[in-house]
Amino acid sequence: MNEIHCRINGTDYTFSFPGERRLLDVLREDLQLTAAKEGCGEGECGACSVLKDRRVVNSCMIPVAAVEGCEIMTLEGFRQTPEGRCIVEAFSDSGAVQCGFCTPGMVMAAASLLFENPDPSEVQIRTALSGNLCRCTGYDMIVQGVRLAAERGRGLW
Amino acid sequence: MKERISSPVRRVDAYEKAGGYARYIADIPFDHLLYGKLVRTSIQRGRITGIALPDLPEGYRFISEGDIPPGGVNQINMITSDWPVFTTGEVRFCGQTIGLLVGPDRQVLHELHKAVAVTYDIEEGSSTIEEGLACRGGAFVGEDNIYVEHRLKKGDPDAAFSQADRIIEDVIETGFQEHVYMEPQGITVEYSNGQLVFHASCQCPFYIRKAVAPSVAMNLEDIIVHQVTTGGAFGGKEHFPDIIASALAVAAVAIQQPIQVVFERREDISYTPKRHPSQIIFRTALDRNNRIIAMDVDARINAGAYQSCSAVVLQRTMFSANSVYDLPNVSIRGRAVATNTVPSDAFRGFGAPQGIFAAEMHMSHVARLVGEEESEFKRRCFLKQGGRTVTNGTIHEQVLLEQMWQDISLESGYYEKLKSNPSGSFRGIGVSYYLHGGGFTGNGEQALIDSHVRLKGMKDGRVELLLSTVEMGQGLATTYRKIVASALGIDISRTIFLDPSTNRVPDSGPTVASRSIMVVGRLLQRAALQLKTCWDGTREETVEIGYEHPPWVEWNQETLQGDAYPAYSWGICVTEVEVDRASFEVETKGVWTIHEVGRAIDEQIVHGQVNGGVIQALGYASLEKLELKEGRFYQNTLADYMIPTSLDFPPVYSKLVENPYEYGPFGAKGLGELVFDGAAASFAAAVQHAIGRPVGRIPVTPEYIMELMSDE
Ligand code: FES
Ligand code: FES
Repeated sequence: MNEIHCRINGTDYTFSFPGERRLLDVLREDLQLTAAKEGCGEGECGACSVLKDRRVVNSCMIPVAAVEGCEIMTLEGFRQTPEGRCIVEAFSDSGAVQCGFCTPGMVMAAASLLFENPDPSEVQIRTALSGNLCRCTGYDMIVQGVRLAAERGRGLW
Repeated sequence: MKERISSPVRRVDAYEKAGGYARYIADIPFDHLLYGKLVRTSIQRGRITGIALPDLPEGYRFISEGDIPPGGVNQINMITSDWPVFTTGEVRFCGQTIGLLVGPDRQVLHELHKAVAVTYDIEEGSSTIEEGLACRGGAFVGEDNIYVEHRLKKGDPDAAFSQADRIIEDVIETGFQEHVYMEPQGITVEYSNGQLVFHASCQCPFYIRKAVAPSVAMNLEDIIVHQVTTGGAFGGKEHFPDIIASALAVAAVAIQQPIQVVFERREDISYTPKRHPSQIIFRTALDRNNRIIAMDVDARINAGAYQSCSAVVLQRTMFSANSVYDLPNVSIRGRAVATNTVPSDAFRGFGAPQGIFAAEMHMSHVARLVGEEESEFKRRCFLKQGGRTVTNGTIHEQVLLEQMWQDISLESGYYEKLKSNPSGSFRGIGVSYYLHGGGFTGNGEQALIDSHVRLKGMKDGRVELLLSTVEMGQGLATTYRKIVASALGIDISRTIFLDPSTNRVPDSGPTVASRSIMVVGRLLQRAALQLKTCWDGTREETVEIGYEHPPWVEWNQETLQGDAYPAYSWGICVTEVEVDRASFEVETKGVWTIHEVGRAIDEQIVHGQVNGGVIQALGYASLEKLELKEGRFYQNTLADYMIPTSLDFPPVYSKLVENPYEYGPFGAKGLGELVFDGAAASFAAAVQHAIGRPVGRIPVTPEYIMELMSDE
């Protein structure tokens, strides 16, 4: 039984359990961090997106062993930061949210993009969100939400 | 100046959802929670001969027919009661419930589930409409596998056909479509003190209550259904939660501990209902001036292995089979065909998308055959105010289609693009015109639903909205509160709308049929106006009101004659595509829409519905394909069943035209389904123009285009 050390939303954790577990399950079941959702469990929908060292990953596809020494940020942590507040507000104002099931994942994908590229074009936004499925919005207002976050958050990213 | 009701406000649920605070069923903790996994049939048709269970560890149970309590019946009380809770002998489709494995650890359940061995006598089954009609393997519904058949007649089609100069025949087909609500199906049940309490991701809390009651022989009052934040539904959570809830009800009564069933995505794609595939056959009679003098329509929908709501879906398909056209002589035959596939069910549009796709494509084929430009040909036949529908009802409202066309044809550059890209140039533009009747068919609101809403004025100046139609993503929590706040003249922050529970709210009917705003929103507006006369914001006052039927709507449900719907919403969609000459991949270059929905209660929400509905329909038209192999869907993950991503389609241009409806709140009519109804046909018409060959079915995949291109 190996020990895994990582930092989640700014707190250090050490995990040890037999066998393999998905990061998503540890977040949702052990830590009650339920903002990341399970939409497919197979890496296809992005509902389970979290940040691993500021890059978006599908937490359903990541064994906990793979986060040794990493910094994980879920929406619960991210929404406390100025960048997190900025995206959450921008999404809320843009009509980016309908049923909301995809939204936490979309927020994390948007964060990952803006950290890397604070002033993305429409095509860059669409490309960055293309691993996150949304069945409700048709995407236009999510794209606008990311644009709005980029504009309002100038200097933040 | 007073704010227009249509001016957008921030959705009341946006922040909690975007911030990850909202809790969906899988996020809500329960003490001593057990998990359930459905054991299902794995053959298409036959009989179960034996079920061998592995040794169940302590704390694990297998719940099946034998656990139904005394007095309970093995039936789910839906529109009909043909669907059993637990399959015992007859197997009608691959995926019906045999039993429910229940226990504390999901991994252990998974292993146990794999170890259940069911043996069968296998019989030959049917998958397609043709096989169902041919009674492959013998009929299993009546003598002909037809759940229901209807006929409609307008004018004198026989006489008109006998005078035809030319008759054009056509077959139009549509495939299955999976809802892919991003949140899979999920329900948790608790049982204590003789009460069953469900927490469900669902559209219709009162349906669940009614559906499960007979199986556990309980009174309706002892069954409580709480709707929880629902991650999309689109019709897929209208009836199917009844199926899960019935098995859970029996299990909860037997085990008396909270139990949760949340589907995995593969399960959800494989075993939950789909949009009805359709095959619609047209014969159209033209006179010597190439005017349509009669149309004969034979509409068949694949209803699957149990009836569910297929009879009603079939009616919508038939009523939509002339789209927005007023043709003089029409006969329509409709049949809902039983096959050994997962029962088809409600899906945004509820039969209308199939009828409209067929009508639009057929009209465009006729136009091409007589050498006329499609939009001109179609526009000549537009329904107008006072015009007659296929059920011999009247269009009561002013029809703005012509004005909408002037607008959107200009905006999209339709005519120029038509000219600069001739048919067969691999670049094409297509248009579809469509309508959607709001609310239940005919007098269903009065005869079947009789909905009620309640408003509770409180001492602190706030008002609570009590009703059973749910927020499932479409924005009702916001639009309902806006309606009440506007009618009372108070700020929206002084209104409260909580997810409904059957023990707290009156039954305002299901969240379906584009009725939530037009019908139930109207009740809220009326209740608010009444509350305004008797409540001053300093004491408690409750107002409850019920449905009032618009007096001019006349309908005979026996003969299906009269005004099928009190009012219609209208739309036009233009799509431009480019088809790759080598790969036949289609790239969508532009999408332009214009809709008339009476009045928008919130423009941002309406545009959001337009965008979501149009993209979902473009997925249906181009990407979303389900194929059956011995009654099993070949595609069962989101990797093989592809829905649109943010890269698949360009932004959708969306414009609204106002035409307030007297019996809708602030003039609003239906919206959510209309915006799905038309885009598929405009896409297919654009591809047809691009490749210069008639397109007769969706999805229009590169393989299908290749097939069309190699047919000389
Ligand atoms: S749940 Fe992880 S990608 Fe879908
Ligand atoms: S808002 Fe429902 S899936 Fe995106």
